[in-house]
Amino acid sequence: MSLYAARRKRNSMATGLAWGAAIFGLAWLFLILASLFYEGVKGLSPAVFTQMTPPPGSQGGLMNAIAGSLLMTVIGVAIGTPLGMLAGTYMAEYGRYSKLTTVVRFINDILLSAPSIVIGLFVYTLLVAPMGHFSGISGAVALSILVVPVVLRTTEDMLLLVPGSLREAAAALGAPRAHVIVHVAYRAAKAGIVTGVLLAVARVSGETAPLLFTALNNQFWSTDLNAPMASLPVVIFQFALSPYKDWQQLAWTGALLITVAVLALSITARALSAGRRKAK
Amino acid sequence: MSDVILESVAPSRSAPVDRANALAGIALVDRIFHQVTRIAAIIVLALLGGVILSLVHGSLPAIKAFGVGFLFSQAWNPVTDNFGAMPAIYGTIVTSIIAMLIAVPVGLGVATFLTELCPHPLRRPIGVAIELLAGIPSIIYGIWGLFVLAPFVQTYVQPGLISLFGDVPVLSTLFAGPPYGIGMLTAGFILAIMVLPFIASISRDVFDTVPPVLKEAATGLGCTTWEMMRHVVLPYTRVGVIGGVMLGLGRALGETMAVTFVIGNAHKVSPSLLAPGTTISATIANEFTEAVGDIYTSALIELGLILFVITFIVLAIARYMLMRIERKSA
Repeated sequence: MSLYAARRKRNSMATGLAWGAAIFGLAWLFLILASLFYEGVKGLSPAVFTQMTPPPGSQGGLMNAIAGSLLMTVIGVAIGTPLGMLAGTYMAEYGRYSKLTTVVRFINDILLSAPSIVIGLFVYTLLVAPMGHFSGISGAVALSILVVPVVLRTTEDMLLLVPGSLREAAAALGAPRAHVIVHVAYRAAKAGIVTGVLLAVARVSGETAPLLFTALNNQFWSTDLNAPMASLPVVIFQFALSPYKDWQQLAWTGALLITVAVLALSITARALSAGRRKAK
Repeated sequence: MSDVILESVAPSRSAPVDRANALAGIALVDRIFHQVTRIAAIIVLALLGGVILSLVHGSLPAIKAFGVGFLFSQAWNPVTDNFGAMPAIYGTIVTSIIAMLIAVPVGLGVATFLTELCPHPLRRPIGVAIELLAGIPSIIYGIWGLFVLAPFVQTYVQPGLISLFGDVPVLSTLFAGPPYGIGMLTAGFILAIMVLPFIASISRDVFDTVPPVLKEAATGLGCTTWEMMRHVVLPYTRVGVIGGVMLGLGRALGETMAVTFVIGNAHKVSPSLLAPGTTISATIANEFTEAVGDIYTSALIELGLILFVITFIVLAIARYMLMRIERKSA
């Protein structure tokens, strides 16, 4: 009986630790969100959306940073999505069993989790150094490189889930292959692909490191893609590390805005893909 | 879906020549689409090659100037153009080790909790919450670390550690020096919180690949939950769990913003975990735009190359292991 008691004791210790781990882990994460809301809401006002980033000691908002972030994200997604989708299409539809697919899948997984600051260095040597100056477009290119792996992965996964019988039915009706892919496979995988794009937007909108030395920053309103451009994450980085209280407050508010945007995007993506998963 | 097909390939009643032309047109479109997708796949392949080539090219001046000694030198002097990677590599590895020491046991605990212990109605919401938290940008963790965690560590944790281990032989050097709040320990802790959701959700997915029959058999033999996890689930999923841990390690090694805020940016190797240090990515983030002169820039790019090589190896191993467990479950 003592062996039994020892086993039971060990079991309750282990399960107790697992409960503890779950509470410990979740507590920290919710603590972060709580202080983010607490500090961020204090600085929330219409001025945040209507005024430029201020010099220290004066009133201001984050308007140019928000605009820069939106612009670069949109361009980055516009470049990265087609590339990722087409490559994913090749892997799922044409080269399902080819060597190229295996290699690209592996490379893509590496790109998916490669340090984003390295991507920033890549774009710096590719675009910024030859052009001779920082620019919004190089920031957008850096973001697009981060979009590709996310979109590629979900496109491939979702196309692989489309039943082969659907494609066969379309082919039997005489539809050419490209037609089958565009009108049947894409349509069936639409929710999944949109989810991938939303996740990519969520990932890219909070990226800071690759923008530090591609788009740099800009104190003023600018939509000139050939000039340095402000972005929310970079402004947060600079303002948070500054000694000025009002800059730090703006950094908190900016952080809140990004987090709300990212969470909203991921929840939308999840809601879209929920139907899919049930169907599977 | 099929109605679209029906309308777009309506039967053609034109002359045979037209029909041949139309078919040739369709075949051409088909071929073009095939090739375009193939080129896109090759571009993705070339992207990684491009990253490696451009980093190597950018770091050539530094490689020529410092050779292999770059890896082991502690120097970091922009005035005399003398640079070494040792403090940055040391900081990267030490902060990642601290992060993994905390995040791996907690992450496995969370995964165990989610697959075995959590009441069923709560399983999905908690799982979803953890996955959502994995998507929060690292700059958020950074700003929280700087303004909330670092002051807390400075006033409560570090003085406690210093007085607790002050007289213990080895630990007294690990926990020595004034409590700055920022430093390697705080950076490691932030990293742990950041990679925890990844490790937890991958381990959960991997635990889910265990066939229920195996678990039922273990329970049927009278195993406790702990014994089932220890002797059935963990051995079955070992490869996948290691893969997930390596994936988390890859993130910790390359993480930039969260660390940059709290590491202190000091280019020296110090034995104390409380001392400020630096990591590869923090050095690049802090100094790249201020770097004047080719050698300075090149040294920073070489740091990036070193980081990329390290994370590439770690991620490659992680992906290989996760692929193996996926094949097993398929």
